Amino acid sequence: MRTRPAQNTAATPHWRRARAVQRVAFVALGLSTGLVAVTSLVVVGIILARGAGGLSWEFLTAMPAKGMRAGGIFPAIVGTLELVGLTIAFALPMGVASAIYLTEYAADTWVTRLVRLAIVNLSGVPSVVYGLFGLGLFVIFCRFGTSLLAGALTLAIMTLPVIITASEEALRSVPMSFREVSHSLGASRWQTVRHTVLPLAVPGIMTGTILGISRAAGETAPILFTVAAFYLPRLPQSVFDQAMVLPYHLYVISTQIPNIPQTQRYGTALVLVLLVLALNLSAVVLRARFRRRRQW
Amino acid sequence: MSAVSDAGTPPVLEVHDLNLWYGDFHALKQIHMVIQACQVTALIGPSGCGKSTLLRCFNRMNDLIESARVSGRILLDGRDIRDPLVPLVTLRKRVGMVFQRPNPFPLSVFENVAFGARVHALAARTGMAEIVERSLHAVGLWDTLKDRLRHSALGLSLEQQQRLCIARLVAVQPDVLLMDEPCSALDPIATGKVEELIRALKARYTIVVVTHNMQQAARISDYTGFLFLGEMVEFGPTGALFTNPRDPRTEAYITGRFG
Repeated sequence: MRTRPAQNTAATPHWRRARAVQRVAFVALGLSTGLVAVTSLVVVGIILARGAGGLSWEFLTAMPAKGMRAGGIFPAIVGTLELVGLTIAFALPMGVASAIYLTEYAADTWVTRLVRLAIVNLSGVPSVVYGLFGLGLFVIFCRFGTSLLAGALTLAIMTLPVIITASEEALRSVPMSFREVSHSLGASRWQTVRHTVLPLAVPGIMTGTILGISRAAGETAPILFTVAAFYLPRLPQSVFDQAMVLPYHLYVISTQIPNIPQTQRYGTALVLVLLVLALNLSAVVLRARFRRRRQW
Repeated sequence: MSAVSDAGTPPVLEVHDLNLWYGDFHALKQIHMVIQACQVTALIGPSGCGKSTLLRCFNRMNDLIESARVSGRILLDGRDIRDPLVPLVTLRKRVGMVFQRPNPFPLSVFENVAFGARVHALAARTGMAEIVERSLHAVGLWDTLKDRLRHSALGLSLEQQQRLCIARLVAVQPDVLLMDEPCSALDPIATGKVEELIRALKARYTIVVVTHNMQQAARISDYTGFLFLGEMVEFGPTGALFTNPRDPRTEAYITGRFG
């Protein structure tokens, strides 16, 4: 008696077809997900299998030797870290300031809408175009030459849209009621932003920044014309110096130099992947910790 | 105008010909009222009648709403609150607000109370502890919380949170406290305690409280204004308004025939 209505529905051809469609959909969705996971695992797996043998203390801390066929990649690691640090120094203040202006100050007019549109478009520009832009503006016009400064500025412009978008999102997620209270206590707009809104948005801003930077750290095109040195037997001396950088170094030893041992190439790739992975991981950890703490 | 002669002292707040529009919607119509020092004034009326809007005029919180347009005058101690010579910050320091939902910052108890005082630079680092203690005393939280000043304010009960919000306000040393349905998120016991606190605070502060609970208005207020569809239908001493309403709409509302 109790199960009869269910049996009746299950028996209709319409219901049977719906169930079949559902099963197919599940399989298709599952396969797509699996494919994505497998691809990334295979990529990391191959790099790990072929590069792990090349990793050693010497590989990480020594200068390249024998036309980069032996020795280490120390200058490329240092160059990458310096480039990333400089990029953050330029992009973070500017990105956060823009986001604060857009969310907390700017009225919704056609000008601000245009600015937002420009920011969205900026994130769609191919990275090689940023490279050429950096070459034109920073290297040639500003006379910075091929240098850490020019490269960092180029990468900063490339990461700005990510940072602005993430920061805007983080600022908007702070409940309106906190702003109201702050204003009602007589705080000015800036005091409200500085003491109420910004501290609560910091974790979100940092997560977005790290993700943006980790993408920039692996890019080759924007640094190709602006900072990268083919081979530099010393560390960069100032921001106006060229530098070896991991992505470009990998490109060079993979395509420009014959007879390089595989461990050199895959070792370099592994270090680059680990660096980006570490950045992404720190973003994930940050977000998780923030989520646990937040309770409004 | 009996309200003026009753007290004999000049009113703290005077409202003249106040009109407010949200876009095309006429939310407040020709409001007239006076608010006496160290008295509790309640604003009652059905939802959407303009009580909160009127309350938010007193500290110009409606300025944050782009579509809002105001005409008429509100005088604070005889001075127009929109006088360009009176900075908004000064107005909000004197006229503070408690919101419907307790909304402490996700900071420690101490930092919450110190927030406004810091914004107005009322004390150096050493004086801040004193301000916090005095403010928590004023709302009856000091004895319970004095050992938990560093704990997050979000761990407190709703009643404690609302008291804390009042302490945060008191720390700024305002003259007028605006309360927008301060008890509507609380249970009856907590409501009773906060009402008691409101009566106690009357000794030092002028209080305007919005409520949709008529019994609450009757319990805690000295004056009551009945708002209906943006109009101040009736305003007068609470006892008179509840026992002997002059307007048929007031009578209909307080006897529960609509609302």
